[in-house]
Amino acid sequence: MTPVKLYPAKPEKIYFYGTCLVDLFYPEAGLDGIRLLEREGIEVVYPQAQTCCGQPAYTSGHHDEARAVAAAQLDLFPGSWPIVVPSGSCGGMMRTHYPQLFAGTEHEERANEVAGRIYELTEFLLHVCQLRLEDRGQPEKVAMHTSCSARREMGLAETGPALLARMGQVELVEQARAAECCGFGGTFAVRHPEVSAAMVEDKTQAIEATGAKRFVTSDCGCLMNIAGRFEHQGKAVEGEHIASYLWRRTS
Amino acid sequence: MSASEVQTFTPREFHRQAHDALGNPQIRANFRKAMDGLMAKRRDVFSDWDLETLRELGANIRLRALAKLPDLLERLEANCQANGIQVHWAENGDEACRIIRGICERHGAKAVIKGKSMVSEEMHLNAHLEAAGIEALESDLGEYLVQLNEQTPSHIIMPAIHLNTDEISDIMHTRTGTERTRDVDTMTAAARAQLRERFMAADVGVSGVNFAVAETGTLCLVENEGNGRMTTAVPPVHIAVTGIEKVVEHLSDVPPLYALLTRSATGQHVTTYLNMISSPRKPGEHDGPNEVHLVLVDSGRSSIYQDDELLDTLRCIRCGACMNHCPVYTRVGGHTYGTTYPGPIGSILMPHMMGLEATKDLPTASSLCGACGEVCPVKIPIPDLLVRLRRESVGEGRGNVPGAGVKRSKKEVAVWKGFQWLATHPRGWRSSTAIAGKLQALMPSKLGPWTEYRTAPKPAKVSLHALVKRHQAGKFDEDGEERS
Repeated sequence: MTPVKLYPAKPEKIYFYGTCLVDLFYPEAGLDGIRLLEREGIEVVYPQAQTCCGQPAYTSGHHDEARAVAAAQLDLFPGSWPIVVPSGSCGGMMRTHYPQLFAGTEHEERANEVAGRIYELTEFLLHVCQLRLEDRGQPEKVAMHTSCSARREMGLAETGPALLARMGQVELVEQARAAECCGFGGTFAVRHPEVSAAMVEDKTQAIEATGAKRFVTSDCGCLMNIAGRFEHQGKAVEGEHIASYLWRRTS
Repeated sequence: MSASEVQTFTPREFHRQAHDALGNPQIRANFRKAMDGLMAKRRDVFSDWDLETLRELGANIRLRALAKLPDLLERLEANCQANGIQVHWAENGDEACRIIRGICERHGAKAVIKGKSMVSEEMHLNAHLEAAGIEALESDLGEYLVQLNEQTPSHIIMPAIHLNTDEISDIMHTRTGTERTRDVDTMTAAARAQLRERFMAADVGVSGVNFAVAETGTLCLVENEGNGRMTTAVPPVHIAVTGIEKVVEHLSDVPPLYALLTRSATGQHVTTYLNMISSPRKPGEHDGPNEVHLVLVDSGRSSIYQDDELLDTLRCIRCGACMNHCPVYTRVGGHTYGTTYPGPIGSILMPHMMGLEATKDLPTASSLCGACGEVCPVKIPIPDLLVRLRRESVGEGRGNVPGAGVKRSKKEVAVWKGFQWLATHPRGWRSSTAIAGKLQALMPSKLGPWTEYRTAPKPAKVSLHALVKRHQAGKFDEDGEERS
């Protein structure tokens, strides 16, 4: 049975964990996530010492290195505020794999405590902020790709679409095989480039077939992969992080 | 592939084989179509079930069986023997082959008919028997076609899923003289007629086992074609061969596992046949074999059993749902893996059987999308086990998988140590992301394999760290526009 998750009331303050991909490639998406949270009257704390959750090393099997990196992140959240992450992949790492990574170590208790405070951004906006959205944009069709980590590891297949459903002018269209992986998979795209390419090719074809000229996702790994494929082919389909899309159309 | 081409596959050549399969539109289309159909059937057949509760039950039955494995195997042996079934133990595939050949030779057998058995594929039984002058013929339709085409199965439930109607027609025509047709019923009827004679003439029938029930000494065999019943009932000798992990404790454990197996595998509520074999022919009975043997094969399983994480691999009931739902398997097909068990279950099982040296590309052949773990009817945490084997590959695991450490390279260790240093030194991190942004124009537009198919991502001019600092210093007005 899937346990029912109980969400807390909207807090005064949260920690924002931006993730390394957002930091390096999509900082606007991170800032837009922060703006959405601040608009709800929440004070956002962005620990400047944050770097990366350690997932690339973790999935590559280099757990000693991943543990050292993750241990440094555990120090970032001394208060008891929720930790909001604009990525299902990094969120899943921190919520699910930190407890595994630190089991039996001196950091076990702290890792479990931090894991219990992790929320993916769309999850937090929907279930904790009960976000209301006033769409000021033009009528538009949009497709959404929910990352596999958000969908399966964090059980958040519905949070992104539920937020988009609150946008008056947005028509969410579902691409064929929407639940299938886009082929990013972190180091997978580098270790098995041809298989990964076949997967992202199918994903872009499915999105294109919906007729939408824009897709959103809540994970920058998928965004980099799918948008990179569209751009490589010279296709006029634009990708955007859902935080930027929501902020842009409602601010 | 035409019937005349014989191809061999090995896990050592995963990349080359994946390249070939990806470039073969026939293979791509055959698998995509078949897997889409199987996924849809599974989804429909479970739609009115509380699937999570059933999976939990299935997982618990298998966990309980594994927790008591040594005891259950002894009880299985005792109860089988009490029923008149002769039990043999084999440490590996070669020993199992020798046992089976020995039984055949004692009976002067020249012709063996086989029901579907992946364990017999695992130990290359057919080749072993043929070398001893004993002909082994597959009677499962898919296995029959694969054997005619001198191939190996590309899927554990649907061995010939890589072939389409035209290819099958071609094989049937070339190898058996069947008239070319696109009519599936005509081809099935032809194969049925060809096989019927062989059942009658066979000296020994060899089958697999889906569940071996310890408390009753019963061998359960799940199938659709009736070939399993023919194999186990017509020839005078029946030899069942299976892995030691297939044992369950109670007869009442079978219905939930059976419900999960048929629905997960082919989307069926029930299969056409569920055979429950509990003894040879008894005095006064009119049919059934005079002798029934059970060969229990270890082949690395007891070594997997010693590790409390890897142990979960042994829960598997061989439904194939993980491959049906795997985006990698769907693209490259089963042969690409070059192993008896392909797809996600193969990638966590085969390293134990063949060693990580031969199979080092399999644990990484996954985007860790989690689809396999999500559909597994006994809740094997396949993605976690793939990561565990990646750890073993790079020498950071427990070192108890054959070939552990094979992928450890100084270069890769240096890369991850460098990553560790950077990610644990926030100042260094911030200045390096700032530098990456400033040097944007100098970034290579080619990033190895990534940019063959995608545009390279460009580091932002200003990192989120810096953007947030500006933001918090009030450099943005309420609409998010930067103040001049």
